Amino acid sequence: MVCPLRQLQPVSRWLVAQLPIPAGSHLAASVEFFFYDTPKVLMLLTLVVFAMGVVRSFFSPERTRALLAGKREGVGNIAAAMLGIVTPFCSCSAVPLFVGFVSAGVPLGVTFSFLISAPMVNEVALGLLFALLGWKVALTYLAFGLSIAILSGWIIGRLHLEDWLETWVREVRAEQDLPDEEHRDWVNRFEAGWDAVKEIVGKVWYWIIAGIAAGAFIHGYVPAGLLARIMGAGAWWSVPAAVLVGVPMYSNAAGIIPVVDALLGKGAALGTVLAFMMSVTALSLPEMIILRKVLSLKLIVVFAGVVALGILAVGYLFNVLFV
Amino acid sequence: MKDVKVLGPGCKRCQTVEAMVKAAAESLGVPVALEKVTDYADIARFGVLSTPGIVIDNKVVHAGGIPREEDLRRWLQG
Repeated sequence: MVCPLRQLQPVSRWLVAQLPIPAGSHLAASVEFFFYDTPKVLMLLTLVVFAMGVVRSFFSPERTRALLAGKREGVGNIAAAMLGIVTPFCSCSAVPLFVGFVSAGVPLGVTFSFLISAPMVNEVALGLLFALLGWKVALTYLAFGLSIAILSGWIIGRLHLEDWLETWVREVRAEQDLPDEEHRDWVNRFEAGWDAVKEIVGKVWYWIIAGIAAGAFIHGYVPAGLLARIMGAGAWWSVPAAVLVGVPMYSNAAGIIPVVDALLGKGAALGTVLAFMMSVTALSLPEMIILRKVLSLKLIVVFAGVVALGILAVGYLFNVLFV
Repeated sequence: MKDVKVLGPGCKRCQTVEAMVKAAAESLGVPVALEKVTDYADIARFGVLSTPGIVIDNKVVHAGGIPREEDLRRWLQG
């Protein structure tokens, strides 16, 4: 079988050989990594985003809300975290979505499970992890990401913090029902998949290229032993440091994963690197600023604290499990 | 005169939708009074969960994402 991905390695090597770069140099290693990774990542990402776009055409925030309203905590947290993967979600809709869930009777903790899962465990993250690091890492990320969303939401629910919502959120009521969803046929669903590719790949491609360029630099220039010392499993403080560094960074999975890939190649521990990635995607400062419109500062601190603890736990656990 | 509201906090997609509504109304020759609703409480009162949303004569016709051109024309003519 002629697999286009198989051809990439020789093609990128050939391309580098045509350039006036000394073979075996740091620069050659970097450029080859870049030529190899860019088409590979873009191709695989397009496939995954297309497939998820089709899957997501079966779900909508409205339908997800209907499924979650009145669900008990526990079951509700699990359902919410899983629906977070397949429900179309954009962080600029975080506030209307939050208010819409809470005012429709979705418990606060269940709403949080959804809000934590949706940005962290998404198709771009899973698709890229699968493409670059294999299905084992992708599945483990999925499992741990869901666990964090479920447990954090459950804990927040147990704390009964409803009083910490902004007052208007508790009082607002929707004044009308939404229009019924139109029936969609398969042509329409495939169009939705293609639209997702245009939108998501169109939006993240430069992040990916920047990520791969950063990754290529690390690949070519950073000595292998260096990262093993500062980001290896032996350095206990590296996990909390990775989480702290990740919070103010606002990138999506697309820009971060090629960097993650290169860091791992240089001996960084998987748990440390995944903790960094989860922190970047799940704990973003801009999203917290948006959420301040509906949550009191105290509630945001609890939310960030609980999620950060979960990510720390995952980081350490990974470092112990995958040595 | 149709009363059209575009609901959204001001993200890029909301601006796209606003421009689409303007263009469609103009090409159809339908006079519209276009208003942007950016306040979160007001958006929530319409019951939409994802933005941008479109409200025509106080009825929500669309929520979440960029609408299809043909749908938009149908709503404006309806």
